[in-house]
Order: sequence, then C-alpha cells, then structure tokens
Amino acid sequence: MTLFGYRVPMMASLLFWALAWEAVGRSGAVFILPPFSSVLARIPELVATPSWQTATLTTLRAFAAGMALAVGIGVPVGVLMGRVGAADRLLGMWVNLFASAPLSALVPVLMILFGLGETTVIVTVFLFAVWIIVLDTRAGVLHVPPSLIDMARLYGASPLALYGKVIFWAALPELLAGLRLGLIRGVKGVVVGQLLVAIIGYGELFELYSRSFDMARFWALTILLFGAALVFSGLIGILEKQIGYYAGARS
Amino acid sequence: MPSLDVAARPFDPAVPAPESIVSVRGIGKFYDAMEALRGIDLDFPRGRLTTLLGPSGCGKTTLLKIIAGLIAPSAGEVRVNGRAVTRPGPERAFVFQDFALLPWADVLRNVAFGLELRGMGKSERQAVAGKYIEEVGLSGFESRYPHELSGGMKQRVGLARALAVNADVLLFDEPFSAVDEQNRRKFQEDLLRLVAIERKTFIFVTHSIEEAVYISDRIVLLSPRPGRLSQVIEPRIDRAGQPETIRRDPLYLDTVEEIWQGLKRYVD
Repeated sequence: MTLFGYRVPMMASLLFWALAWEAVGRSGAVFILPPFSSVLARIPELVATPSWQTATLTTLRAFAAGMALAVGIGVPVGVLMGRVGAADRLLGMWVNLFASAPLSALVPVLMILFGLGETTVIVTVFLFAVWIIVLDTRAGVLHVPPSLIDMARLYGASPLALYGKVIFWAALPELLAGLRLGLIRGVKGVVVGQLLVAIIGYGELFELYSRSFDMARFWALTILLFGAALVFSGLIGILEKQIGYYAGARS
Repeated sequence: MPSLDVAARPFDPAVPAPESIVSVRGIGKFYDAMEALRGIDLDFPRGRLTTLLGPSGCGKTTLLKIIAGLIAPSAGEVRVNGRAVTRPGPERAFVFQDFALLPWADVLRNVAFGLELRGMGKSERQAVAGKYIEEVGLSGFESRYPHELSGGMKQRVGLARALAVNADVLLFDEPFSAVDEQNRRKFQEDLLRLVAIERKTFIFVTHSIEEAVYISDRIVLLSPRPGRLSQVIEPRIDRAGQPETIRRDPLYLDTVEEIWQGLKRYVD
C-alpha cells in the first residue's frame, strides 16, 4: 500500500490501530477499553494463572474433539456428495442451509439435549465447522477431472486405489481450504459454546472477567484467542501453499 | 528426389489381411433419447494402426471408449482377443486427449502409474518406466512435474504410461489436439517409428484428415447423427521414406482430398 507517495509497511495498519486503541484507552473515555499496553502486560500474567491453564486445556480438548468429528464426518459426506448424485440431491439443500444458518441460536437447544457440559461445546464446534468442510470437499471431488478417474479405471485401479491415489489428492486443494475455514469456524464454535454454557473453559473466564469489569484481562484473553485462530489458519495456509504448485495444472 | 510414381509403390494385394484382434459387432449407443452410434461392425487387424475419423458428433470417441470398456454400449458387443469386453482390461491401454497426468506426481511416477496400480514393486516398475521414458525421448525429465512440461512432452508421458503396461491394443483419443502444430508433426513422426518397432495394435481417434492419412494403415470414416460406418480406406502409403516425402506423396494428397470430398457434406 502507498500513501501520499510513500510505501507503507505491511504491519503499519496494525500499529496504527494499536496506537489508536492506546490513545482512546489513556483518555479514559470508554471504560471498557483500557490502554492497549496494559492489556498486553496482562497477557503473560494471565498465561501464568492456573485458571487460564485449566481453561485452555478444557477448550483445546473440546475444540480438538469437535474438529476431529467435523473432519471425520464432513470429509466422507463431502466425498459421497461429490461422487453420488442421489446423495448430493438428498443432502445438498440441508448442508447449504446449515452452512449459512445462525448456528448460535441452536446452542440453547443443544444444552437441553447434551447438558451443561463439555459435550455441548464439542457438538457446537462440530456444528460450526462441519458444513463448510462438507461443501468444500464436495467441490474438490466434483472438480477432479473426469479423465483422471477414467485413467485410474483404465489402468485397473481398485476402488481403494481410485480414492486413495487419485480422488483424494486431486481434491486436496479444496479440501484444505475447507479445513482452514472449518478451523476458524470451529474456534468461533468453541467460544460461543463455552460462553452460552458459561461454566467451563474460556466461557467461564470471559464471564468472570466481564462480570467483575476486569477489562484488561478480558481483552488479553480475546487477543490470545484471536492469535490462536490466526495461527491455526496460518498453519493450514502453509500446507495449502505446499501443494499449491499444482493447483494451476488442474484447470 | 524420391520417385513420385504411385504405380511403382510396393504393394501386393495378394498378401492376406492379418487376423483381427478387436472385433466390434452391431454396436449401438443411446444417451437418453440421443442416438450416438448405430450398427457399427468393424474389425481391427492386429499390429496395424486404424484411425476412426469423422466430424464432431459422429461418436468416434464414444466408440473408442466402448472398446476401452469405459462406456457400456446400448447394443452389440466388442471382443478383444476373442473375449467380450465389459470393463477395462490389462490388454488395452489408453492415451487421453487432455493427457490425464497426475499433477502431484513426477514423470517417473506418472509413467509407472499403470504398473503401480497393478501392484508391481517400486524398483521393478521404475526400471520399466525408465525404459519407456527413454523410448519417447524424455530422458532427463524423470523427476519433473507435469506443469513443468510442454503439451507435447505431457503427451509423451501419457504415451510412455500406455506403453509401459505392455498392452496389446493402444487406444488414442485425439492425443494431439491439445498439442501445438510443430510438436504434433514431430509426435506423428515418432508415432510412425513406434508403430514399426512396438508391434502393437493402435486405434486412433482424430478429426484431422491429414493426421489420419499420414499415420494410418486403415481409416474408418464415420458419419454423424447417429454415428454410422461410412467408408473404410486403406491408404497404402509407403512409410519407409522421410516424413517430407510422405507429406508430398501424391497418394497422400489424393487420399486427403478423397476423404475431404466424402466428409464435406456433413460440415454445416
């Protein structure tokens, strides 16, 4: 980006908003916004507390379990929809509906079904993440060139080899894109789930800090969470780049 | 300057036709209500290159895929080596119009892929693949990826893969249509050399009349909507000479013209 003929470095906008935050925080105009520097100072402090460590473990566990379910179910369903027309027609409408539905509204129902515990959070993560994984996997499988499938059949591929050696790899770019979006939605899901259940993990901490107006800790936790979501998505992004070299070859 | 005397061509009609390796009997194909092929009866002689030629919509690729076992016919039967075709088999190999290479695999793995699917061990199949990579003139490119190759080179990989599985019948679906003109000519010349040394049966689909006459022992003309057998032509062009000689051969030029006259009425 250039501004008045000067090249503005990449991180400049981040720096600008951090300074703006600092200024607003120091002015004391908005009481829920303490200065950015004191929020940053809270982060190491927060990380050292046992309550944060337990909450993080609980959160990661629920997140990992929900994501594992979403991938384990989402990918096979996406492949099925991409390969079998009947399955696509049967499930397509529902998957699209849920992919765009405001799922937070369902969490209270989940609490009735699964209780006020970790199960509800896991199911919430699953519900947030699974649909986009299904849709992107389906798109990837549909984009596998028909000639590659013909080729595999012609040279005698067993069904296992057809899926394992051809379809999976050919659909991988879209599959990974779905996984990245699913992870981001999963992070959202774990927070929404915990907030609504309110007695476990980060939900409990958020509830505690906001109720006691401990805004510095509240924002410190938020920044940590944003950071984690960015790191997850960045890791998958690196993986996508690794295989990106052949994306152009599959026109 | 080579002789242009057509009559002097060494051709003896008394030589018996070789036995047929692929026989097509009464093949018809419907796509829903659309009739793509009707009543095709054909024999493909062993060790020869036969071309299926016709305008678009004549079902030539459909016929090739029926022979390959990729598409089931609505009527009739295909026999290869006397056995009825219901699915792809190891005695048939296929070269694709869009190459159908695995973009994530290097040249060596792509060429060896047919053998990999058959469960051949890694070192063994790589040795076989290496031999055919050399035969199609791609030595030194073993560890390149398809996106690093030109269209012509990609199709050489497809050809090497088809040769590596040692099938009796090689099926080509418009293999040069996505290859630029210079590469196509070079490829056609190499193909003639290959037909001479490989002793396999080649079935070739093209819409290029020149290509068909240049490379074929036999040309099967199909007419469109629905695809029917129109004419079988055996060019009998002497291929011993240089490529330029063949392309200037009056018999070559006459055959091209004859086919064009036959196909003209189907072009709208």
